[in-house]
Amino acid sequence: MGAGVGRIDAKFASLRQEGRAGLGVFITAGDPDAATSAALLKGLPGAGADMVEFGMPFTDPMADGPAIQEASQRALRGGMTLKGTLALVKEFRQGNQDMPIILMGYYNPIYSYGVDAFLTDALDAGADGLIVVDLPPEEDNELCVPALKRDMAFIRLATPTTDDKRLPKVLTNTSGFVYYVAVAGITGSASASNDMITGAVERLKRHTDLPVCVGFGIKTPEQAADVAKVADGAIVGTAVVNAIKGSLDGDGGATATTVSDTLGFVKTLAAGVRGARA
Amino acid sequence: MASPAPANSLRTGPDENGHFGIFGGRYVAETLMPLILDVEAAYTAAKLDPEFQREFEYYQKHYIGRPSPLYFAERLTDHFGGAKLYFKRDELNHTGAHKINNVIGQALLAKRMGKTKIIAETGAGQHGVATATACALFDMECEVFMGAVDVDRQKPNVDRMRLLGAKVHPVTSGSSTLKDAMNEALRYWVSKPDTHFYIIGTVAGPHPYPAMVRDFQSVIGIEAKAQMLEAEGRLPDTLVAAIGGGSNAMGLFHPFLDDTDVALIGVEAGGHGVDTDKHAASLTGGRPGVLHGNRTYLLQDDDGQIAEAHSISAGLDYPGIGPEHSWLHELGRVQYVSVTDDEALEAFALCTRKEGIIPALEPSHALAHVGKILGDLPKDHIVVMNLCGRGDKDVDAVIPKLEAKGLL
Ligand SMILES: Cc1ncc(COP(=O)(O)O)c(C=O)c1O
Repeated sequence: MGAGVGRIDAKFASLRQEGRAGLGVFITAGDPDAATSAALLKGLPGAGADMVEFGMPFTDPMADGPAIQEASQRALRGGMTLKGTLALVKEFRQGNQDMPIILMGYYNPIYSYGVDAFLTDALDAGADGLIVVDLPPEEDNELCVPALKRDMAFIRLATPTTDDKRLPKVLTNTSGFVYYVAVAGITGSASASNDMITGAVERLKRHTDLPVCVGFGIKTPEQAADVAKVADGAIVGTAVVNAIKGSLDGDGGATATTVSDTLGFVKTLAAGVRGARA
Repeated sequence: MASPAPANSLRTGPDENGHFGIFGGRYVAETLMPLILDVEAAYTAAKLDPEFQREFEYYQKHYIGRPSPLYFAERLTDHFGGAKLYFKRDELNHTGAHKINNVIGQALLAKRMGKTKIIAETGAGQHGVATATACALFDMECEVFMGAVDVDRQKPNVDRMRLLGAKVHPVTSGSSTLKDAMNEALRYWVSKPDTHFYIIGTVAGPHPYPAMVRDFQSVIGIEAKAQMLEAEGRLPDTLVAAIGGGSNAMGLFHPFLDDTDVALIGVEAGGHGVDTDKHAASLTGGRPGVLHGNRTYLLQDDDGQIAEAHSISAGLDYPGIGPEHSWLHELGRVQYVSVTDDEALEAFALCTRKEGIIPALEPSHALAHVGKILGDLPKDHIVVMNLCGRGDKDVDAVIPKLEAKGLL
């Protein structure tokens, strides 16, 4: 099994064999602190997550709603950095070779780190793909092209505003899978209807052979199951981050139940996804 | 007045992808990409349409009140005892600042595109007021995002926006100032892509905004050039303007970029001093990064996290700057300096007493720098300063500070 895009391809191949969709879970690195984040990451495969979107905290997350904004702020207050994020990935990877880790965030911390140094360190840590919200195809030379050259997957977001004319542009240079953003809006907003999601996934499938995962607005095991019926993966972010938040003490610090509560919620999502096509 | 651009002109940017050198670009989420491509296509067409130009000029003249005067500030010239100081009086525009120049242009563009719902961010509230005004005029729905800190310190403008029928959303995320208002406006726009037009208030944001806002503001420099030729029979020697995002400065400077004998000086907000962590001088104290859709100089920490800016002036309290300024800074065509909160306050008081003009805190920064250089320049040297806004909005905030300093 390869690292980088190879690990993602292998994961989707094995999901296809199992005849089911995957569950992607978003958490923010360092939310609410590095040790808790490490414990969450370590527990996610056992709780049934097939893939992690690991948020690189940023002060100005332009595409995120209040829940994920606050998660970023908790992480930054706790001293999390991009270096620290990669250290968490590295620690996890020592105990797990199978679950893809997709680093998700905004470009400025990466640009500040230096694109080459970042790709070297991220691959070395065991990260497999990147989702960088504010790098559309128009800016592919920044990070996408250098990443692809080194077999780091670059996963693009397709949205309800990406029409058929634009879709080929978005799909060029995309690898690993396509992330369909189900609602025009920020994370944590309302959910799209099943019909809309089904239609959108069918449309994407006409344009690409890559797996299609759907995120934004999936909050419950039932919704995750609905998506898992039609897509190759369901990605849940805000609801998981809210589970973390719900377990914190008055100062936003972790408690004895933070890890177990959060992983408990992930288990219910995984059960939804795994039962979807049964 | 505009002469054709020479081969090595500095006025031809940006390139087709919105880059000024390495700066600018379109660093936005995919949801917004189709929208800004639409805006770009519509603006490109409008620029070539004489009817659009005619309509724009009609409102400039009859509604905004352009041209704004170029005024010889004789008492301040005497006071400083050196070069001659002229004010470009954009504070006399309808709504009291240069912001309306750009807003009318974008509102006409929105109308052309069939959009009737408008979003804006605002710091000092001048852009918000101008947008609320244009929306009343053109019968459009208006929502303005404003940092909660700014809502407090620029209350008169919040009231004006409400009177004009706009809905003001106080923003409490991050530092609760202009940067966060822009984040929130972008977040809102992503959720209303089909119906809303975002009127950005400065030469920042993703392409085409920096170029479009500059074009709409360039009337300032085009007029100043003609007026100076009429008043003095020659071009000025030095232009000075305050910089928040940089729209009043770009508007004044751009028509002069190829007149290499004219020195251009942009004045950033130095807050408590650029050697402290409380200032808004992104060129002096920042480095290149990516925020709000473009690459530009930003105040940020070692990890690429955006720092909170500080300025007494809500309109300058922004950790970035328009990308074209970053480019001109690296080329060395424009010199960027900074002045502190205290220096700006003193200039505010001085202008009020010497010229009978209450300036906004933003151009008070420009005047503070003028005060530092004017006395040492020869008497036949001519300086034009952009007096880009009036200070009514700042009166409540400034009075206790002037009293504390014994200036009132
Ligand atoms: C009077 C005035 N001047 C300057 C500014 C700063 O903006 P810019 O640098 O885009 O001119 C503002 C912004 O609110 C303003 O109200």
